[in-house]
Amino acid sequence: VPEEDAIYVYAISRDLPPDAMKGVSGVGGGPVRVLEHRGLRAVVSPVSLAEFGEEGLRRNLEDLRWLESTARAHHAVVDAAVEFSATIPLGLATVYRGEDRVRGALNEKNEEFTRALDRITGRTEWGVKVYADVRPAAPETTGEEPAASSPGTSYLRRRRMQQDTAERTRNEVMDVAERVHDELAGIAAAVRLHRPQDPQLSGECAWMIFNAAYLVDDSRSDDFQAAVRRLGGLAGIRLQLTGPWAPYSFAAEEETTWTEL
Amino acid sequence: VTRPMGGGAVTGYGRAAPPVRRPESANLADILERVLDKGIVIAGDIQVNLLDIELLTIKLRLVIASVDRAKEMGIDWWESDPTLSSTARQNAIAEENRRLRDRVAALEEAGRAEEIEAGTPPVERGEPERRRRGPPAEEDRRA
Repeated sequence: VPEEDAIYVYAISRDLPPDAMKGVSGVGGGPVRVLEHRGLRAVVSPVSLAEFGEEGLRRNLEDLRWLESTARAHHAVVDAAVEFSATIPLGLATVYRGEDRVRGALNEKNEEFTRALDRITGRTEWGVKVYADVRPAAPETTGEEPAASSPGTSYLRRRRMQQDTAERTRNEVMDVAERVHDELAGIAAAVRLHRPQDPQLSGECAWMIFNAAYLVDDSRSDDFQAAVRRLGGLAGIRLQLTGPWAPYSFAAEEETTWTEL
Repeated sequence: VTRPMGGGAVTGYGRAAPPVRRPESANLADILERVLDKGIVIAGDIQVNLLDIELLTIKLRLVIASVDRAKEMGIDWWESDPTLSSTARQNAIAEENRRLRDRVAALEEAGRAEEIEAGTPPVERGEPERRRRGPPAEEDRRA
């Protein structure tokens, strides 16, 4: 049995019941519990430094299977906490060497956590992705080629028309995505942009043109979902709604948008 | 206290109950873009070398839909990133359009176009199968 010599922190809440996490297992299988300090409650579980120490993390983060199971376990614990109370998730693998160090962080970051909790209380995060519902441009067989035109010239003409069509379609789809975003942002309390996901990896042929998170008042949750359904009927796009999510995308004070490589 | 069962929220008209969540159904890419890139960041005691984190971020780039699929893609998949920069993509298309228009104009002006382009159309990137076939002369005649 490896020694559990460090503490993994999943999330911070204000009024999570002390025994709310009873029976929940954390990353690495340790029991999850609630640690209270100065009016804040941290959701924590013991982990081993062999797995979550610097060396272990460096090695494990390169292992996609480890990463997947750890990310899913982290997410499941956060979700279990959010069922009970407004909770702000922390980033993956936030690890301290002991309870005192966790209390120190709750002390030091007390105001920041409190502000974050104020921001997200009574609200839920929803994810919306917009895919371009675009078929490959059909070959232009107009039959209007002048008889004298050379094969090379007609090839280039056709090619140009295809390119123009693709560009036009792309612009139209962008306009529709913008309209979707405007309407949803009008219902939401806050918006964060995520990076569009790579279609190669998702196995989707569809081009994801937009990927965003919306923080929505729970009282407007039905409005938001109805709007998504309605906007999903717009021509040229496909909408995907995910959630409800714990407010991951709104935990940080400032928007941290994705950056181009 | 009961364990959360997914449907734990008491719903009723006139009150805002938080929506029901089902963590097990979430897509890995959606989870990773949240737990890695979002969430509040506090410096724990364990600091992984920033270069390693950067490498990880690049590798994942919030795009993994399936670990198996990611592994199939090999290690260079995060380097080719054609879909993510719509600006770059549009610029590339505009540039190619411009070159094609210039080329069409040049060919038409030359009058005796056959001589000039006897072989391959001047498209440098993409559509290799079309390039291999050369100008689609037969198709033109057929139409």
